[in-house]
Amino acid sequence: MSALHATGAEAPNLSEDGLQADLAHKCLYYMSLMREVEDRIERKLYRQGKIVGGVYVGRGQEAIPVGSALCALPEDVLLPSHRDMAVFFIRGVSARRVLAQYMGRADGLTRGRDGNMHMGDMSVGIVSIISALAATVPVATGVALAMRYQGKNAVAFSYFGDGATSLGHWHEGVNFATVQKLPVVFICNNNQYAYSTPLHLQMACANVADRGAAYNMPAEIVDGNDVMAVHEATQRAVEHARSGLGPYLLECKTFRMTGHSAHDAAHYVPKRLFEEWGKLDPIVRLEKRMIEEGWASRNDLDAVAAAVKAEVDDAVEWADNSPWPDPASLLENVYETE
Amino acid sequence: MPTTYLEAIREGLWEEMERDPTVFCIGEDIAEYGGAFKVTAGFLEKFGPQRVVDTPISEAGIVGAAIGAGLMGLRPVAEMQFADFISCGFDQIVNFAAKCRYRWNASVPIVVRSPSGGGIHGGPFHSQNPEMWFVRTPGLKVVCPATAYDAKGLIKSAVRDNDPVLYFEHKGLYRKIKEELPTEEFTVPIGKAKVVREGRDLSIITYGAMVWTALEVADTLADEGASVEVVDLRTLMPLDRETVCASAKKTSKVLLVHEDTRTGGMAGELAATITENVFEYLDGPILRVTAPDTPVPFSPPLEEAFLPNAEKVLEKARWLYRY
Repeated sequence: MSALHATGAEAPNLSEDGLQADLAHKCLYYMSLMREVEDRIERKLYRQGKIVGGVYVGRGQEAIPVGSALCALPEDVLLPSHRDMAVFFIRGVSARRVLAQYMGRADGLTRGRDGNMHMGDMSVGIVSIISALAATVPVATGVALAMRYQGKNAVAFSYFGDGATSLGHWHEGVNFATVQKLPVVFICNNNQYAYSTPLHLQMACANVADRGAAYNMPAEIVDGNDVMAVHEATQRAVEHARSGLGPYLLECKTFRMTGHSAHDAAHYVPKRLFEEWGKLDPIVRLEKRMIEEGWASRNDLDAVAAAVKAEVDDAVEWADNSPWPDPASLLENVYETE
Repeated sequence: MPTTYLEAIREGLWEEMERDPTVFCIGEDIAEYGGAFKVTAGFLEKFGPQRVVDTPISEAGIVGAAIGAGLMGLRPVAEMQFADFISCGFDQIVNFAAKCRYRWNASVPIVVRSPSGGGIHGGPFHSQNPEMWFVRTPGLKVVCPATAYDAKGLIKSAVRDNDPVLYFEHKGLYRKIKEELPTEEFTVPIGKAKVVREGRDLSIITYGAMVWTALEVADTLADEGASVEVVDLRTLMPLDRETVCASAKKTSKVLLVHEDTRTGGMAGELAATITENVFEYLDGPILRVTAPDTPVPFSPPLEEAFLPNAEKVLEKARWLYRY
């Protein structure tokens, strides 16, 4: 669950190259799992009517949650946004339960009380998203404030998109975190569209990272479609935050390869952008590099894809067999005791 | 030495912070300055900057940070400088804090303290009673103490509660009322109203500063031979419907009073509750005295016309008594 740190002890090859190879395998597995689960959700289960309501996927953006969350230690707390499903897998939440969540079943993380990525579980250090985006940014600040008070050497991972940085909550949270020098890593998925609104109508600066200067906060731009680069940059950011130097902003540049949600055909996005960014698919890129570096053979990669497919086949079946929530439970859990 | 309403809040908070190291205060100007109303005066010296945290001006930031710390197992007490400014933190309270337990079974044990109420010539932005914004958001608890005893007992219960509690302290009462408090430890349960004066002929059901107005009216009407019961709700959510209905059933006449504006105010919910449950016991219409549906005006004659007072309550109470 805690990536490199655990990997060092387990990996048969302790050389730098061996660690890199091991990390690449982990990244490939989690990115492929997220891609496969989201493909089933958006392209099958949603169209079959087995998933109702809003469906938002992170296709083409998997490198961001995977590369970053693999840097988290057990005591760290993550506040994922709606295109960060892999964060859940990395923290040990099964694809079965995530699919049950999407299908509104009793075994979903919210027991049918909420859908899609609107889920969390403090026992694995994940705070649920707040649908009004950017609202988890001040919450991340409070998580970090508590960590410091509790004497933990832990870091809060605050995820958001480019559009979220337009909101007041984002600025209030970032400002307080920097004033207090709190251990927060702010991770921006800049996929260039907020629903239908392109970046240039969202902000007047060229980069989200430019916002860091206003808060005297180090900020870095990363290739968000290169999972190894995201991981390396996040390690840098986490070390900065963990050593007491305060927050760090990572802007991961990527592209939303879908509409905002499953019902949005994204006709407002120029086709050439899909074509250009399609060539930069983070899974394809990682596979290519793994073969070039000699970290894996084509057979190894095929085996990963087959294993992921089998895992998701099982998860879909399990979730589909999960019971519906009992309507008699409607009134439960508004307060701690009724 | 009698304790004022304000000192009672301070004492309750102080005792909870001494008792439990997970309790801390967060807000604007609360540390060195001691808060705009001085509720946390002396806290910084006693508990230090890790537990008395001054923030930038950012109500959403304050409430959000309190929620985050609450999720981590701490018990934050956030201060809104004026209840009016709570609107800036509204999303955090109603969309996140209120829904965490229901949605994903997460406990958010926070208290949001807000000085509310008029009568101090604060004008439209420093006099509001925003409690109903939160009463009708499932998942929140809302308390409005009227006495020093309840102010202390309820802040202690609010801190210990595992759900988000909105604590509205009426700033008009801060230094106006005082009473001798027990030297031994006590708390006041959330969700329990109190019959503060027993009566047979008429019930005045109210909360906050209007409890004192109701008691004044009860005294006046006693001289006219009427036995008036006064019920102080103390907690607006969860609402103590049993005590409300029991009083209505007992006296058969009900006057509802609040300082908050009329439409969508607590009185409407109380009237519906009484009608649904004890209609056959009523001997007269359920009446209400509230502020009108306007912003809180500034100029003294306008504010006086806006606020319910003993004269306005007496008129309705007398009419209902004679009905």
